[in-house]
Amino acid sequence: MNTPDGHWDVFVKGLWKENPVFVAVLGMCPTLAVTNTAINSLAMGAATLFVLFFSSLLVSLLRKVIAKQVRITTYIVIIATFVSLVDMLLAALVPDIHKELGAFIALIVVNCVILGRQEAFAASNRVGPALLDAAGMGVGFSMALLMIGVVRELLGNGSLFDIPVFGSSFEPWIVMILPPGGFFTLGFLLLIFNTVARRRATRSSIVTKA
Amino acid sequence: MSEPSNIPLRSDTQEAGPMRLVATLGLAGFFAGLLLVTGFVYTLPMIEANKAESLRVAVYQVLEGCAGFDQLGWDGQKLTTQLGTGVELAPVYLGRDASGRVIGFAVTTEEPGFQDIIRAIYGYDPTTDQIIGMEILESKETPGLGDKIFKDDAFRANFTALAVQPAIVSVKKGEKARPNEVEAITGATISSKAVTRLLQKGMEAWRQPILDFQAQLDPQGENTKSQ
Repeated sequence: MNTPDGHWDVFVKGLWKENPVFVAVLGMCPTLAVTNTAINSLAMGAATLFVLFFSSLLVSLLRKVIAKQVRITTYIVIIATFVSLVDMLLAALVPDIHKELGAFIALIVVNCVILGRQEAFAASNRVGPALLDAAGMGVGFSMALLMIGVVRELLGNGSLFDIPVFGSSFEPWIVMILPPGGFFTLGFLLLIFNTVARRRATRSSIVTKA
Repeated sequence: MSEPSNIPLRSDTQEAGPMRLVATLGLAGFFAGLLLVTGFVYTLPMIEANKAESLRVAVYQVLEGCAGFDQLGWDGQKLTTQLGTGVELAPVYLGRDASGRVIGFAVTTEEPGFQDIIRAIYGYDPTTDQIIGMEILESKETPGLGDKIFKDDAFRANFTALAVQPAIVSVKKGEKARPNEVEAITGATISSKAVTRLLQKGMEAWRQPILDFQAQLDPQGENTKSQ
């Protein structure tokens, strides 16, 4: 294995320490655009996870075959292939969700989380760690999207997974399901995430000093 | 995220010649194409079945009591049930009830909405000259706002008996006074107006052909048997 970390750490770092949305702040287009309901967030997260997993598998397998000068092009070809496949599969198997996500499925191609992981990890690691990394990052990305989606759907529509939560007296904050709501929610979650991370860092430094 | 120990791995590909580069990309393209074609061939029947199914369900929804339907053709001058050479498929479906009686026509039409094209199907009853039902087939309108065009029951109630003459027009919520008016959704004016426009366009294009077809089918105003 090429990394000093254990297998578990390779997976877990995507969830928290190197979370693609809250720490790396990558892949903002789907993060802001399709998180207006929890179910859309979940579907987008799953589609991204699928593409990331299989792209990492191929890139890692072919890492010694792909010439350096054309690596980015090759990665894009690989990623675009899996995105097109996921697009067709969703349209065939779950047409309703495909209808909801619309053009954003095709836009997974340009999600920099995916290309970023190929270049930063899969291209220089064996298949096992590359897959763990992809799974960790994909799950981390899905989790982040779901967190944003839950907040936006609750406040903006008064429901969760299309089930009304607050009853009829609740006046939905329509702005939360519109584009500005994406920025508000992401901003607040980033604030919380960074505050927690900083507190942890301060605490651990105090502990090591003591 | 850098892994310093891995940098030497790349050095063996440093001097890759042009042929190697072309071969790499060529192979990547070839296998990508192969995968895509496989995926396409595998999913196409399912995707088409889904589309046909959603259209079928929609025809039954917009024509109450419908038990079967046929798509009509356009031969250049009039609607016809005889589909053959020189006849293109029209977006018009002839609906019949269980006894084979013609109960109305379903028409598909589309119009740009707030985000993207909205595709819809509506039921038209030529005997009363009214729209008797409307379903959205495809829409990417804003969830929670524009998507009320197919989720809001009050808005959908506009289309259970909507007169199409002199023209279908959109009015503010609570201001409907005439049978040809559609009450828009507050906060989703563009989407509501798009639906109104879409129905108006569909009627402009197909009302007269449908009336002609109906007259020819049913000269005495009697019910028509299935052929």
